[in-house]
Amino acid sequence: MSLINHIGKYLVLLYRVFSRPEKLKLYYKETIKEIDKLGLNSIWIVVIISVFMGAVITIQTAYNTENPIYPKYLIGLTARDTLLLEFSSTIVALILAGKIGSNIASEIGTMRVTEQIDALEIMGVNSASFLILPKIVATVFFSPFLCILSMFIGIFGGWVAGVTTGIMTSQDYIYGIQYAFIPYYIVYALIKSAVFSFLITSISAYHGYYSFGGSLEVGQSSTKAVVHSSISILLFNLILTQLLLS
Amino acid sequence: MIEVKNLSKSFEHTKVLNDINIVFDKGKANLVIGQSGSGKTVLLKSIVGLHNVDEGEIVFDGTIFNHLNFKEKKEMRKEIGMLFQGGALFDSSTVEENVMFPLDMFTEMSFEEKRERTNECLKRVNIINANQLYPAELSGGMKKRVAIARAIALNPKYLFCDEPNSGLDPKTALLIDNLIKEITIEFNMTTIVNTHDMNSVMEIGDKVIFIYKGDKWWEGTKDDIFDTENKELNEFVFASKLSQKIKDLKNHY
Repeated sequence: MSLINHIGKYLVLLYRVFSRPEKLKLYYKETIKEIDKLGLNSIWIVVIISVFMGAVITIQTAYNTENPIYPKYLIGLTARDTLLLEFSSTIVALILAGKIGSNIASEIGTMRVTEQIDALEIMGVNSASFLILPKIVATVFFSPFLCILSMFIGIFGGWVAGVTTGIMTSQDYIYGIQYAFIPYYIVYALIKSAVFSFLITSISAYHGYYSFGGSLEVGQSSTKAVVHSSISILLFNLILTQLLLS
Repeated sequence: MIEVKNLSKSFEHTKVLNDINIVFDKGKANLVIGQSGSGKTVLLKSIVGLHNVDEGEIVFDGTIFNHLNFKEKKEMRKEIGMLFQGGALFDSSTVEENVMFPLDMFTEMSFEEKRERTNECLKRVNIINANQLYPAELSGGMKKRVAIARAIALNPKYLFCDEPNSGLDPKTALLIDNLIKEITIEFNMTTIVNTHDMNSVMEIGDKVIFIYKGDKWWEGTKDDIFDTENKELNEFVFASKLSQKIKDLKNHY
């Protein structure tokens, strides 16, 4: 199927997803469940990755700025800007595309091949909206929290690595992360993280929703979901960076 | 009553259903039989609107279902219950949540009323003390019975069953058959059952329609089957030695 066809089907699906919900109370309950499943369950992976990445960024920056001409606080500043501008939004989104994307595609795909989606349709339920909208709302709502958490943990990881390895003093690092701070970077990161979450959830749901066949095809949908979400994240990262920072 | 008029359906260049005309009677178990790949499931899914038909009309008690818009179809579907081959229970929900789902979605009942109705439906299909179990913890027969309970929760006017006995032992299959028959009479529903299980045909076949290579090949009652001269139907129904022996014995006496 051509790319144009896929985009068309994806947009038609989104139209169904954002049509008026049958019963808001049920959608609210589903959204809470999804926040727990997709959001809260992702906290640990974000924490672990952020702390290590923060530490690695700090050590690598220190290694590349050994020349005494560079002030030590530059290490903190670089770690902060790298985390704020790219890591906590884009890299975390790419990691979540693997975790959340495959989860959503396989869950919805399995529902498709076991006729659970047909059962919803027969009952008169808008299956696209009922299954996908709560996931989109949950991830778009929760991802900025994960992004902020990642920023804090990453910066903390950088501080731990910097101080414990003796690369720099705690004062230098703290001065660096405060130096020339641009609050807009946080807004930029949060916007990116919300957009990326939307892309991950909707693209993965699309692949799951149009699965057919059996477990093999569901597996293939899951793989496609991760690949296509990741490519979309990279593409939109470029577009958003141009739009928001230029 | 459901009428299918001149129904045709193709997938790409393959014609699956060819000018089908059938009347499914109210208060009766209408059985659609045929070999695997004959078009039974496509027929059933076309009737309930899961497949768009190429030509023809599907009339539910005077309303042409396939001419309705999306919103009207949605309203109509609240009167339809369907039992899928594998049960199609929601994996992440308990038995109680599964049966309660249509009530949650389409009624304004209080939680207590919904629970009462759920228990009533589960009791009707002989599922007791399993409310908090998940589908993965149920046997095949139990899954089918829970699916029937969910299908009847909103008192539908039409019940569709796709291969209700597939994967079940003969005794459980008989139980499911009788349950479908009893519910059909009790709620005066128009019931359509897709099957290739001849035990079901003999047990509950008030009206039997034989589909052969996408065409309606034969129509009659379960008793007519023994007297038919239809070659394809005879080959299908009396394929096994046991059924051939039964036919010989019946003809003998």
